Amino acid sequence: MTTLKKSDHAAVPFWRDERYLKIIIQVVVVVLVVLAAIYLVRNLLTGLEDLGIPLSFKFLGIESQFDIGESLIEYSRTSTYARALLVGILNTIKVSFLGIVFATIFGIIVGIARLSKNWLINKLAAIYVEALRNIPLLVFLIFLSTSVFHKLPRVNEALSAWGWAYLTNRGIYVVWPQPSAGWDVYKWFLLGSFIIGLIVAIIKYREGVRTGRMPLYWLWGMVVFVVLAVVSWFIALFIAGQPMYLDFPSLQGRNFKGGKSLTPEFMAIFTGLVVYTSAFIAEIVRAGIQAVSKGQREAATALGLSGFQTMRLVIFPQALRVIIPPMTSQYLNLTKNSSLAIAVGYPDLFAVGSTIINQAGRAVEVILIMMGVYLTFSLLTSLFMNWYNKHTRLVER
Amino acid sequence: MSRKVLIVLLVLVIAALAVAACGGKQTPAPTEEAAATQPPAATEQTAAQPTEKPAEQPAAQEGEGTLATVKARGKIICGVNQAVPGFGFLQPDGSFAGFDIDFCKALSAAVFGSPDKVEYRPLNAKQRFTALQSGEIDVLIRNTTWTLTRDTELGANFAPTTFYDGQGIMVRKDSGIKTLEDLQGASICVSSGTTTELNLADQMAARGIEYTPVVFETADETTGAYLDGRCDAYTTDKSGLVARQSMFPNPEEHMILDETLSKEPLGPVVRHGDDQWFDIVKWMVFATFQAEESGVTSQNVDEMKNSDVPTIRKLLGVEGDMGQKLGLDNAWAYNIIKQVGNYAEIYDRNLGPDTVFNLPRGMNSSWKDGGLLYSPPFR
Ligand SMILES: N[C@@H](CCC(=O)N[C@@H](CS)C(=O)NCC(=O)O)C(=O)O
Repeated sequence: MTTLKKSDHAAVPFWRDERYLKIIIQVVVVVLVVLAAIYLVRNLLTGLEDLGIPLSFKFLGIESQFDIGESLIEYSRTSTYARALLVGILNTIKVSFLGIVFATIFGIIVGIARLSKNWLINKLAAIYVEALRNIPLLVFLIFLSTSVFHKLPRVNEALSAWGWAYLTNRGIYVVWPQPSAGWDVYKWFLLGSFIIGLIVAIIKYREGVRTGRMPLYWLWGMVVFVVLAVVSWFIALFIAGQPMYLDFPSLQGRNFKGGKSLTPEFMAIFTGLVVYTSAFIAEIVRAGIQAVSKGQREAATALGLSGFQTMRLVIFPQALRVIIPPMTSQYLNLTKNSSLAIAVGYPDLFAVGSTIINQAGRAVEVILIMMGVYLTFSLLTSLFMNWYNKHTRLVER
Repeated sequence: MSRKVLIVLLVLVIAALAVAACGGKQTPAPTEEAAATQPPAATEQTAAQPTEKPAEQPAAQEGEGTLATVKARGKIICGVNQAVPGFGFLQPDGSFAGFDIDFCKALSAAVFGSPDKVEYRPLNAKQRFTALQSGEIDVLIRNTTWTLTRDTELGANFAPTTFYDGQGIMVRKDSGIKTLEDLQGASICVSSGTTTELNLADQMAARGIEYTPVVFETADETTGAYLDGRCDAYTTDKSGLVARQSMFPNPEEHMILDETLSKEPLGPVVRHGDDQWFDIVKWMVFATFQAEESGVTSQNVDEMKNSDVPTIRKLLGVEGDMGQKLGLDNAWAYNIIKQVGNYAEIYDRNLGPDTVFNLPRGMNSSWKDGGLLYSPPFR
């Protein structure tokens, strides 16, 4: 065999040897791609040079000079461009994270509803999915912004829920706890209660694993936490004064002040992302559940499990394996789609970034930063979901 | 398997080094580019070496002057506004009209001898500088304020100001807001990527007024939100306010505060790096000023050709080869005046007493009438 191969090799010149050709073609392709990339980059750099605005990231340290409507961190016009970008990044994280959580919850509910035997529920879920999947997100967002949230009552005609919450086209305001005198003491109590609750839950879980009869370990933990939190509230009240008070929103001057507020811009992009993505998630969930063989359900029923138990303990855990990979890509989509926030005026990374592009004239630099950030978000999401995927697999055996 | 990968990597590194090595010396190229930008006479020389030209085609395109590119294309691509009536507005019939649009036409008249060799590229405030930098448009005539940062960092060159403006604030009449101070705690609607959002931040900070900016990309979104009551006030250039107000369903319910927040000199803009094109755009504007100053209008321009006032003779190309010096036909300014009009005609047609805006000339009068419009000598 070996001798034959050797003579074979000698007979065919290397440019006609398939093994070499394969490598050479790959090398050529890669080199061409790299050359094209280098050409494009150099073209860009010299182009910028010609305009007298060479590539530089120094601008990040300059004062931005513009204000941003909503921010999770301290920010003013004297903050730097870098900080403005950070404000945008945090706003993107806020809407994406909340969006993912709520889209998942709604998606699962609708997905299960679509399999319901109840004709009305089933059809309503089907309409929800079909209608929303087939409207372009941008159109939907602009509809939400201009026709829903901006058309809510004006501030002076605010819709009030017994003074606890107000609905206006400047935002939704709800009563919210604010720390006061006793908070410094109470926050440690709260932390302690949480840790104890966690420990109780873990103990109960272990017990369940040992005995084979799993108690409602999370309920145990939660009850312990709540009881301790309430008890320590009074202790803190006694030692240091009231830990928190309720901050009621009220109309002061031209706008509502106090409480927690959600701007219509945030509500528009948030609702849009949640509703739109949940329609896709619903389909994934439905497909996942249908992928679990009928025998499993029948077996569960034969064992005397209720419909809810069957779903929670038998069907859903198995469906998860099918659900998670496509779910990951929905999460990535949601995060990337959050860049449409610019259309409804929510200051996310893309919106703030494009303002900077315009005010500082640093298009290429800002675009590079934005791409880097979105890529990082996506990779982190994928990483987490892959980890979770492996995790559920192991549990499933 | 890993050997293959190694080979690929090795080749890549070598290729990268080779390219990087020649990346350092970029200097020889400019000589060629310089040759290409020279006036027609020089092109014959370059044509003597036909081997080089075709290969360089795509790169040379960039180095070539805007004038040459525009002429080869047969039209000027003019970046304009589509949302501000009176200045730059896309009309229901699909055509553009307005004060800024007329300057695009004037430029076309100067270059082509016809006012309609223009392709209008509607841009919102945010898109305009990228469009200019990237060469997507030849000139930006879109209520754009001249600032130091834009003149330098944004790679823009500003032609003379065609409209001196200032930022104003619009509120609902029944809001009880009379001065800036009344805006304490207010929400204010503003378009992003404008000087407006910067001035607003500056002025409010200086006066210690707390407010919430609500920022949208286009004028339509911004005014839409204001009209829905999302904001207490709407701010932009006063000209823009008046223009947008004319489109409101009930314009009389709104008013513009007396205060002016800033200086907003608006005028045409070109890219850095093409002096000839910059000169053309500059003098196109000056020609409209000078024509008004010298009393030349689209009506009398033909008779004026016989005038013996030297400035008018030079302006209209009767003597002095002024057009040639710009790389244009000597009748360039004659064409502007004949086909589009002098400054006063352009102003009155779009903003004057016969229009809904009826904006007083104010600062936008010739220096002879106490205004700021002043053309350097045509000589
Ligand atoms: N002059 C200011 C502002 C000009 C400006 O763009 N104003 C807005 C607000 S009226 C506008 O014209 N928008 C039109 C659009 O969005 O299409 C500047 O140069 O930054």
